[in-house]
Amino acid sequence: MVSGIGCSSRAPGYVDFNTLHTTHGRALPFATGIKLAKPEMTVIVVTGDGDATAIGGNHLIHAARRNLDLTVVLFNNSTYGMTSGQYSPTTPTGAFGTTAPYGNAEQPFDICNLAEAAGATYVARGTTYHAKVLPNLIEKAISNKGFSLVETITQCPIYFGRMNKIGNSVEMMKWQKEHAVTKKQAETMSPEELADKFIIGELCHKTKPDYCELYDRIIEKAQASIK
Amino acid sequence: MAKVLDDAAKAAQGKATKRALTGNEAVALAMRQINPDVVAAYPITPATEIVQIFSTYVADGLVNTEFVAVESEHSAMSATLGASAAGARAMTGTSSQGLALMWEMLYICAGLRLPVVMPVVNRALSAPINIHGDHSDTMGARDAGWIQIFSENSQEAYDNLIQAIRIAEHPEILLPTMVTMDGFIISHAMEVVEIQSDEDVRKFLGTYKPERTVLDIDRPITMGGLDFTDYYFEHRRSIAEPMINAKQYILEVAAEFEQKFGRKYGLFEEYKMEDADYAIVVLGSTAGTAKIAVDELRAQGVKAGMLKIRVFRPFPYEEIAEAIAKCKAVAVMDRSDGLAGRGGPVFGEVRNAICDMEKKPITVDYVYGLGGRDIDVEMIKSVYSDLQRIAATGDKALVTYLGVRD
Repeated sequence: MVSGIGCSSRAPGYVDFNTLHTTHGRALPFATGIKLAKPEMTVIVVTGDGDATAIGGNHLIHAARRNLDLTVVLFNNSTYGMTSGQYSPTTPTGAFGTTAPYGNAEQPFDICNLAEAAGATYVARGTTYHAKVLPNLIEKAISNKGFSLVETITQCPIYFGRMNKIGNSVEMMKWQKEHAVTKKQAETMSPEELADKFIIGELCHKTKPDYCELYDRIIEKAQASIK
Repeated sequence: MAKVLDDAAKAAQGKATKRALTGNEAVALAMRQINPDVVAAYPITPATEIVQIFSTYVADGLVNTEFVAVESEHSAMSATLGASAAGARAMTGTSSQGLALMWEMLYICAGLRLPVVMPVVNRALSAPINIHGDHSDTMGARDAGWIQIFSENSQEAYDNLIQAIRIAEHPEILLPTMVTMDGFIISHAMEVVEIQSDEDVRKFLGTYKPERTVLDIDRPITMGGLDFTDYYFEHRRSIAEPMINAKQYILEVAAEFEQKFGRKYGLFEEYKMEDADYAIVVLGSTAGTAKIAVDELRAQGVKAGMLKIRVFRPFPYEEIAEAIAKCKAVAVMDRSDGLAGRGGPVFGEVRNAICDMEKKPITVDYVYGLGGRDIDVEMIKSVYSDLQRIAATGDKALVTYLGVRD
């Protein structure tokens, strides 16, 4: 398990895996090195919205583009929680942050759309409230041979919840429950009804050769020409 | 926090006033008074508060600054130097890994002679990850062409930041300048700071009028263009010149600051050095602790003294050599390990400074306080007792790791 910097990236300290806690935004390049050196290993990256889509945004799109066989579990709490609540690339427009005391002027990323568009072959979204669904999504992501991303909507009651008057952890999880809809439910809803909702569950699952497989093919081809 | 800052901000509208502020608050307040044209920043512990408090000044319309919350420190320094190249008074603030990520742009900033000013909250570098104070981050940037000024406390951080604008923008210098304070020990600890009025600070600073900028359509210029074996050397040599000359102008700015605001600054501070037999050389917050140790030893009749380096770049070689020349033994305190095989970077500079002297003190190095490890009065007194023994016997360890477990 590889992580960057932020609240999310403390996770390797709580699991009994081989872990590497790296620098801000760079968990994916470290993981890329690990995967290329030991393609037989299962490599999981835990990261956050600030870590993976701001300072490390470049690495996210390129790891997805390569369809590198990694699983990214991205904790999205819509803020830089560890440094006390500055607005991040996923803070909704108008929401408050310590650097946005009158509301955020910027538009947020839809991380799942971003990952899919960049070339990820498995993309899903879960929440901390839907705790029974999340392990299934992560399990499927790990079994996918290619770049997988599970965006997990998490709560930051200390900063995001407090500054946006959503309430404590329980209230924030209740918010998740009330604003999450499945893909199937979304199909029957109007754009107005969907305006303040987000879709959870499996959002994309494709079959494409992963980077290590393509790399092996090149090696085979190059060696054949030598013989 | 907001209340204290509001009070301080209001108070500073009139005349000089005293308020209890943390280092970060004092520096943010100085930035408000400086009122830069552009600030681009990214959060990093323990420097986050500086730009975060500053962003509330922006939101409340207390400054005219364009504030950009960029996506990394690499972008923060890029945007800041871009703004500076366009003629803006531009600032950012950072710490540790953030400064490390700016490394590429630090050199460019100096190479383009852009007077960017940046507070840096000193913090250890990874790995392992640590958020507490040591000087590894700034020492890693010591050869980047930035003027480096260290602060003992919040007052000095406030005063140094204001002076840094004048130093960086001095037509004979035009070099970026960083003002440092120790992470948490200064950045998060509250103490009384005397704040000058906005009007007085702005009068002291004046307005920035760069001679040449990009975006000047009548006099277009190229900055940072390709420079091979033909001219690169001459251009880099031209950066060395203002760094060598900067000391005299830093002292001029300090003299004017003292005349206006009453607080005296030099290239370094000497504490009971006139007749000192045993001296330590320190940077940053440890100087405050060392003064207590010196006082206690003086009361016991030990001729102890301390030299606190304020300006680390350019390094005051001749001046420091003269100040410690009469000592029997000197200990250099390094809050970072140069990993060069012979102690920390300050040790190397002090040894360089005294190298050509015929009669020189014995010098030893103490690497201490890495990752925020405490340094107390007793530990500093133990260094002085080592110095007394060394001077008497000549038996010394060149480099000692102080306060580390085996």
